[in-house]
Amino acid sequence: MQSTTFHEHEVLHRLKHFLPAQAPLKDFIHHNTLHAFQNISFQEAIKQATEIFGYKTSLTIDEYRVLLASGKIKDEVLREIIIRRKGSKDVNFWMKKLLHEAFIKTKIPRVGMVRAYWKNTYRLDLDAMVHPTLFRILCSYLDQGIAMWNFPVWHKGFLSSIREMERSSFTSFFKTKYVKQLLLDGKCGIEFLLDKLVGDPALYEHYLFDQQFAHQGWSGMVSAIEDNPDTLLDHRKISIHDLITFELLLELDALTHQLGKSWKPLGKIIADRPVNLFAEVPTSELSEAIMMFQEAYEWTYYNAVLGGLQRQEQVTEKTGRSFQAMFCIDDRECSIRRYLEKFDPTCQTFGTPGFFGVEFFYKPEHGKFLTKLCPAPVTPKYLIKEIEGRSKQQKDLHFTKQTHSLFRGWLITQTLGFWSAIKLFINIFRPSVSPATATSFRHMDKFSKLTIENHNPNHRENDLQVGFTIEEMANRVEGLLASIGLVKDFASIIYVVGHGSSSVNNPHFAAYDCGACSGRPGSVNARVICHMANHKQVRNILALRGIEIPDITQFVGALHDTTRDEVVFFDEGSLSDENKLQHTRHEQLFSIALDHNAKERSRRFEIINSALSPEAVHDKVRLRSVSLFEPRPELNHATNALCIVGDRSLTRGLFLDRRAFLNSYDYRIDPQGKYLFSILKAAAPVCGGINLEYYFSRVDNQKLGAGTKLPHNVMGLFGVANGIDGDLRPGLPNQMIEVHDPVRLLIVVQHYPEVVLETIQRNVETYEWFINNWVNLVVMHPETKEIFVFREGELHPHEQFSNSPDIVTDLELLVETHQENLPVYLIA
Amino acid sequence: MEIYLQIFIAIPLIGFLASLLAPSAKEALLSRIAFITVGLNALMVTLFIVAWIIQGRATLNLRDFVVFRSANYEFLIDFCFDKVAAVYLMVGSILTFLVTIYSRYYLHREEGYKRFFNTVLFFYLGYTIVVLSGNLETLFIGWEILGISSFLLIAFYRDRYLPVKNAVKVFSIYRIADVGLILAMWLSHHLWGQNITFVEFNNEALVNAQLQTHAMVGILVSLMILISAAAKSAQLPFSSWLPRAMEGPTPSSAIFYGSLSVHIGVFVLLRTFHFWEHQLFIRILIGAVGLSTSLVATGIARVQSSVKSQIAYASIAQIGLIFIEVAAGFDNLALFHFAGNAFLRTYQLLVSPSVVSYLIREQFYNFIPRQHTIEDSLPKKIEYTIYMLCLKEWNLDAILHRYLWKSIKWAGNRLEFLQVRGVLIFLFTAGVTGVLAVVYKQSIPDFLNKSLPYAFGLIGLIMVFKAFTKRKNVQLTLLLIVANHFMIALAVSFNEHFSFDHILIYLSGIVVSGLLGYLAILRLKMLEPLVDLERFYGYSYEHPRIAFTFLLACLGLAGFPITPTFIGEDLIFSHIHDDQFVLAFIVALSFIVDGLALIRIYARVFMGPHVKSIHEMAYRSS
Repeated sequence: MQSTTFHEHEVLHRLKHFLPAQAPLKDFIHHNTLHAFQNISFQEAIKQATEIFGYKTSLTIDEYRVLLASGKIKDEVLREIIIRRKGSKDVNFWMKKLLHEAFIKTKIPRVGMVRAYWKNTYRLDLDAMVHPTLFRILCSYLDQGIAMWNFPVWHKGFLSSIREMERSSFTSFFKTKYVKQLLLDGKCGIEFLLDKLVGDPALYEHYLFDQQFAHQGWSGMVSAIEDNPDTLLDHRKISIHDLITFELLLELDALTHQLGKSWKPLGKIIADRPVNLFAEVPTSELSEAIMMFQEAYEWTYYNAVLGGLQRQEQVTEKTGRSFQAMFCIDDRECSIRRYLEKFDPTCQTFGTPGFFGVEFFYKPEHGKFLTKLCPAPVTPKYLIKEIEGRSKQQKDLHFTKQTHSLFRGWLITQTLGFWSAIKLFINIFRPSVSPATATSFRHMDKFSKLTIENHNPNHRENDLQVGFTIEEMANRVEGLLASIGLVKDFASIIYVVGHGSSSVNNPHFAAYDCGACSGRPGSVNARVICHMANHKQVRNILALRGIEIPDITQFVGALHDTTRDEVVFFDEGSLSDENKLQHTRHEQLFSIALDHNAKERSRRFEIINSALSPEAVHDKVRLRSVSLFEPRPELNHATNALCIVGDRSLTRGLFLDRRAFLNSYDYRIDPQGKYLFSILKAAAPVCGGINLEYYFSRVDNQKLGAGTKLPHNVMGLFGVANGIDGDLRPGLPNQMIEVHDPVRLLIVVQHYPEVVLETIQRNVETYEWFINNWVNLVVMHPETKEIFVFREGELHPHEQFSNSPDIVTDLELLVETHQENLPVYLIA
Repeated sequence: MEIYLQIFIAIPLIGFLASLLAPSAKEALLSRIAFITVGLNALMVTLFIVAWIIQGRATLNLRDFVVFRSANYEFLIDFCFDKVAAVYLMVGSILTFLVTIYSRYYLHREEGYKRFFNTVLFFYLGYTIVVLSGNLETLFIGWEILGISSFLLIAFYRDRYLPVKNAVKVFSIYRIADVGLILAMWLSHHLWGQNITFVEFNNEALVNAQLQTHAMVGILVSLMILISAAAKSAQLPFSSWLPRAMEGPTPSSAIFYGSLSVHIGVFVLLRTFHFWEHQLFIRILIGAVGLSTSLVATGIARVQSSVKSQIAYASIAQIGLIFIEVAAGFDNLALFHFAGNAFLRTYQLLVSPSVVSYLIREQFYNFIPRQHTIEDSLPKKIEYTIYMLCLKEWNLDAILHRYLWKSIKWAGNRLEFLQVRGVLIFLFTAGVTGVLAVVYKQSIPDFLNKSLPYAFGLIGLIMVFKAFTKRKNVQLTLLLIVANHFMIALAVSFNEHFSFDHILIYLSGIVVSGLLGYLAILRLKMLEPLVDLERFYGYSYEHPRIAFTFLLACLGLAGFPITPTFIGEDLIFSHIHDDQFVLAFIVALSFIVDGLALIRIYARVFMGPHVKSIHEMAYRSS
């Protein structure tokens, strides 16, 4: 790809493509960390990413060998995979290699090779001279509200603002007049500066990659803000172009200052040209070995799951349901559904993406901005406003800036200072919710009203239609019900349960909320869809379309806080008397189920004794969510591995250990795969994105993850770094991924193979996930229960698993005695 | 009653030793040791203070025991207790207690859980020694412990580049404070003719009588104390180390750099208040340092866009005010202010990760596009200038870097021509000549006798400069450091006739530690092909035992209170005459550089990203 000429625009475009794409903290959304490689196969991608950028993209061979020894990788599965890849002739040869060969250690990555010559030739640590200044100026420019005195010039864009400040100031960010003058005179085109520093156009691209990947956190943030300026509430104009220009100037400044004129551009120094960044990466035995181990690791787990799924009986439809409840497909909702069904076998639960098919912007009462409540790629045209809500803000003087000023600080230290000691004491011994806590219940006031119905299409605000018309409502309700297969046999109460989380001292709080709601709690969406489904006129339209919802049926919205295991219901006042009575009973059921759910979760928590009663454990789980000293308020999506699209009866009798995204789906009402198409279009990027972010943060927590969160320092409210001069750390911190098993997502679809095969190819972007193996796909024939594996564009019958999962009789005992990741079990 | 003071040292000491013995996999045991140690101490302290108040709050002094005594020298461990000690001990114990409980869960599953609690307990031990010390010598023991435990806490994430770099940076500032204290001890020894206790400062007549006859020495002592205090409390021109110390886990940053460690400078001032209270010049100077720091630090705090650096600079500004209060003689107010500031900053740092959700929410509901700040009313050019200066921290970091590191490096690089063999031959000749000269001192002309100490002192200094800039040979570097101590011993030998055992005390620790360090490096070189000082190697990753051994050796060589050398250093100084300020300065300077060179070796060879793994190592910039 590198040529002797340099096309600036193209190179910057490519650079942006490879930089981390994480948005500011408040908009944290999971995505495939190696998104830039998604157009090639997983195997090829991890090989290239390692060679080019030095990422560790899988477990090490030694780690796999330990898994093999402990049975987490089964010997026969590994052999099977070698046969498929290498033929049966070479099995023993490869087995020997996998078990004993000392593979060559990894090489130095390609990125960084050009710029390394500064250090090697001039003993000059350019990074150490440039980075602190650069990071500090960048952070101050982008700052969202930490500093008391903001960047004095900001509206003109990054470089222009600096130019303006340099022009009228007695001091300078630069050490030499010469470079300052270059900036002031506008003689600072990237090519011009590269000519001075590098001098050889053939090396420019490599040099810029070296430079930007030396601080990929900051560069990635700049690139993300450039692409989506709205992600900062307090807008900033910045571009990767400005960043590179300024950094090149700083480099030139440092070189001139240190070496005067006694230096030559890199192009004149480098005798042996380093390998082109994007030159072909040869396949090595190591990369093949890794893929074999990885697949064996995955299929050892998948096989047990598939064995379990096949052994489930199709339950005949029951009537006389006590209630029905919709949850998010989120893996964290998988156990609460199991407990509801356990304690009330007549209830029925569903899973669907937690925005419940209604996409809109939300504006809370007194809010100055809009919040998007739907999957990240969607741009809604509607606005839902909260009215008559109470203020959601509590003040805490400890966070105010007065404490940092001199004289007020003098007063405050001697008064509030002593109160801090008491507060700290209380929080350590008796934690409680404080203004510092991020809680899902604050997202929307339970007693507020929402402007859901639109009576006049001209009622617009911020260029958005306020509320939905009747027709639009009906379309959404129909879409939701049909996609989960709930089109008849309605119970008298149908709960729609969104989810969110609570945590304190957690800059990554947004990553814990609902991914389908752009990292926000799903409470508003739950209320909105319920209002629509309860609407008389909407039901009339639905009846015309064949979905007849009886008059006694009422939809009730709710929010499940996955950290505290609490549920809040909305608008119960509008329930009929009879339903109210039932609802009271169901509330008790929810409360019992939540206690048990908390207990099941607690098996992972070191400080909670899981053998206590569910109520006692639940109390401790609640305390944990508001403890300042708890870096793991909950484990979020850790251990996620499965996405099952089909009827609940497939999974109802299985213990999946909260590892599965469960999307309810009825193939019988969707013979053309119309709903399946939209389910997969969302599930592949959302669940796949979550899964891969966990995968890569787990296998290389230092370069692709954020490292341990304990020393993190909040930068400008948009990112975290270590210390005060560090690079931003995108990705997930160690505390979120340490228990995660790095396996790719297995999507299981219950439908006819030919329908699925046709459906996934309808959209190129969705198909990329499957054909390039970023997620694994199997199809389960709904009648024969035969399993087909998607491989190289075709569905192959899969016959490997004869083994049925173990049966667990006492789930409570299992939970009390095990901390590690559990295999799949059949529930007795 | 003063006899009980020893308990407050004994408990942390036992706790610290117990925590060293605990196996690193036993999180619960480790945190329980810390909990019991600090909890018990806090409880005892509280009971003691209550009893002390009831009994009338008399200042207590305990002449504990004499470590070493000769004709006109005495190394005495002495403890003292008054309201300053009471407040510092109480605040320190409460905060350390709360933070140990906090960290018990916060650090769960963190690699280095044991290391963290070891270091915290070690720090707490040093803190109590400082706070309860009754003379400069005792204080210095605690002071050294604080320094090294700070270094270890900042470099807690030792496999990343920045923590190690910043730890070395902070350590170098601490080293300046150390030497300020050493010189103060030396001068005061000559001022009083003996090692004096703090309690004796209370005797106004005695202090005044001495100061009137030795006004200049008195001023110098106070100046040295001020330098130490300013360095330790991050006052100008040393301020930039504090934000850079925020590299460890948040609780350790909160308690040490947010509160306890950074207020130790104030403590030293309060402790020595009666010594300098009648030196108007010093009082004005302390006030001026405090005032200028509080103004500059407030400006810098205003532009900080990261939470921890903002809190750090805000805290520095308040400490500046405390300096003014101390200088003005408002000691009660200063103590009150210290306690409030310590609690506030600890809490703010502990909740600092919450700032995102809190401030984002506030912004969401109360956003006003751009708030008018006071600075906006300034003329544009002034506004931009001040803003840029504050953003650059008034170049404080760069200035320290230039004058401290660069000048030593410059001097070392001038000595580039000295090669290994040259150095060895030179050392040997100098050594033999020196010893001969000492033996035949009587027959050497007087003027030569007078200048020889300087000559050997300088040779020693050159050795450490060289050691500091060496890039290749680690063993040779160690050798140079050891040689420096021999040269110093030689230099002092010319001064007066004293028994050989003083030299023996001084050099015994050096020789043993030097040998230990040499063997450690030798062992490492047998295992690893590449060992030099060109870059960070991070060998503690694979060879933690060798790393620990070498750290002990470094501590021994740097005169840490684990070998007799610690007393020896003080002894050596007692043999430098009070008119030989230049010699004292040379020796002090070589102690500074010597410590820096050692910590540099340790950091380069054993810390930083591990050289052999490219993967699972953080980026240099992170």
